[in-house]
Amino acid sequence: MSGLVWGVVWGLAAGVLIAIAALIGVWWERKFSGAIQMRIGPQELGPAGLLQTLADTVKLVLKEDIIPGRADVTVFRIAPLIVFAPIAMSLVVVPYAAGFAPLDTSVGILFFMAVPAVSVIGVMLAGWSSRNTYASIGGVRAAAQMISYELPRTLSVLPFVLLAGSMRPLDIVAAWQWWWVPLLAIGFVVYLISSVAELNRGPFDLPEAESELVAGYFADYSGIRWAIFMMAEYGGLLAAAVFGAALFFGPFSLLPGAAGVVLFVILSAVLATVMMWAKWTFPRMRPDQLMGVAWKVLTPMALVQLVLVGAVVPWL
Amino acid sequence: MSELHDTSYEPGLLAEGTFDPGERPAGIKRIPRGVEHLATEHLVVNVGPQHPSTHGVLRLVLELDGETIVNAEIVIGYLHRGIEKLGEHRRYHQLGTLMDRGDYMSGIHGELAAAMAVEQLMETEVPAKAQWLRTLMSEINRIASHMVWFGTFGLDCGAMGQFLYAMRDREALIDVLEAVTGQRMMFNYVRPGGVLADLTPEMESAIRTFLRTIDGYLDEHDALLGGNEILQMRVKGIGTLDRETAVAFGLTGANLRGSGVGYDVRRDRPYAAYPELEFDVPVGSTGDAWDRYTVRMGEMRQAVRMIRQCIDGIPEGDIMAKVPKVLRPPAGESYACVESSRGELGVHLVSDGSDMPYRFRYRPPSLYSLQALEEILPGRMFADAIMLIGSIDIVLGEIDR
Repeated sequence: MSGLVWGVVWGLAAGVLIAIAALIGVWWERKFSGAIQMRIGPQELGPAGLLQTLADTVKLVLKEDIIPGRADVTVFRIAPLIVFAPIAMSLVVVPYAAGFAPLDTSVGILFFMAVPAVSVIGVMLAGWSSRNTYASIGGVRAAAQMISYELPRTLSVLPFVLLAGSMRPLDIVAAWQWWWVPLLAIGFVVYLISSVAELNRGPFDLPEAESELVAGYFADYSGIRWAIFMMAEYGGLLAAAVFGAALFFGPFSLLPGAAGVVLFVILSAVLATVMMWAKWTFPRMRPDQLMGVAWKVLTPMALVQLVLVGAVVPWL
Repeated sequence: MSELHDTSYEPGLLAEGTFDPGERPAGIKRIPRGVEHLATEHLVVNVGPQHPSTHGVLRLVLELDGETIVNAEIVIGYLHRGIEKLGEHRRYHQLGTLMDRGDYMSGIHGELAAAMAVEQLMETEVPAKAQWLRTLMSEINRIASHMVWFGTFGLDCGAMGQFLYAMRDREALIDVLEAVTGQRMMFNYVRPGGVLADLTPEMESAIRTFLRTIDGYLDEHDALLGGNEILQMRVKGIGTLDRETAVAFGLTGANLRGSGVGYDVRRDRPYAAYPELEFDVPVGSTGDAWDRYTVRMGEMRQAVRMIRQCIDGIPEGDIMAKVPKVLRPPAGESYACVESSRGELGVHLVSDGSDMPYRFRYRPPSLYSLQALEEILPGRMFADAIMLIGSIDIVLGEIDR
């Protein structure tokens, strides 16, 4: 029973965390992209425009919830939640401090990789239920892309399981050694690139490619349902950043106590910023080239990393 | 509608006679072996006229097999204003105003073609200074127009930063054009017999300031977008137009030169002060989208070179020939063409001796480029379609006229 209560509490906490991360993340992305593009970004509401996102949220909540006449209403309504919920769930296994993860499970790595993959169903359903050619192309593209990038992404974190001998994120964090950073450099690159692709963010934002598909699978969404898609995107960005920061850079081992948590937050922010940077700098790829990158470049790279770690482990 | 994606046409959805659905494009394409009940269908996607990347109000009806385009139908006419007919009811001085609204990205070229056609009829001698100013403004306008193409080309493949960097450079040029002509877009600067206004010292220094920075900026553009591997992957080898096809479609400008045909009106049918300028004509080799890209980038550098020569070489003298207030050219016809940012922009005038043209014909280079698009789209991917529209650089204002 208490497990259920804690589950609800941590689920809500993850939702709130994503909401806060989205509020700050959207503001930061606007400011950051503004700096890249010689713009200023939001500046009117609050100090440095910090409240702009809040105002946007209020606007989105108050907007009319438009459902296209031809849409499959039930599926159309549920789809954003199917996208959002798994991503929020994946946050509960992340180690946020030394020896602390909301859900301390022995299959944490598997959980973190497998659960967000469910959101691809939501994306496909969103595209399909809109009954709109752009949306359905976007949905199908998203399904192909997210499933393809699942593989290199999972392979890229497998070395941790080899090195720590456990799938429990807390064990990995505890076993972290500084020389993991150079050893896992290839894996980190694969992890970062495939995370961006997994999130459908630029330069891999084909499912929502503005110049072709207008908005892709959420072309027909507006108001709060659209906002939930955006929350899911920023939630995914947050999850990829915190998970990557905690595992690849071992902030809790580098600095003890609260200082480690601060370093963890900073590292996560840097990782998230790098992912934004890529989005605002690179052109978008073509669907077939995107698949080529997943299968011909990233997967072999991740396998090489795995072999490398496998060669090192017996000597430890 | 029982089927989830019914791709049948509603009557009247497509303009009558422009698209023949025939046996329904949504016919069964292929059946995987062993699963006879599973068949794939073609999907008809309507792109435009309201769409972020159709560069105006172009409409494409694409028949897709998965991501691959099987058939493409281009529908134009959403911006038709009847410029040619309007021209028959305007005095000769007013033709420039209409031409500005044709290819609105490079208004100076349109005005220049109309003014030259009128001058041919009138047999007016244009003062040398006016010729140099026309050339200078043409080249400034060419860079401004190519910058919009460059920016939107980046935008088409998701590189949003490039668009804003290109706009920064265009802004500097538009400011110069505004200072000289009084307008940012619809200039009405080139008049039959000369030009509207002379350069002031401030404008000259503004142009020189721009010239100091532009070379660095062009290198930056080349490195950021052209040097990007993703962009090269996307545009190299797509939309290839060989020499024969390009000539057969009547392509001109960068689209023709990208295919390896070195025809440039400025060099081969010189006008204004171009005979006195030194410049190269960049030519591509294979005729793919990448060649068109490099040709346009090269053209911008050549335009900078010409602006340098113009600003130093402008002679003293009048900016306007003696022309009557109301032009009444003798009966006859004339054809004048200029190298606009998009190709050979021609104006054919037929005069019956009155103060208005009997017939006014506007040859828009984009129209011919657009016809070639239908040839290169089938077989490419949906994502390529957007890049190809960008690579042929069309302005719907002059296509629909």
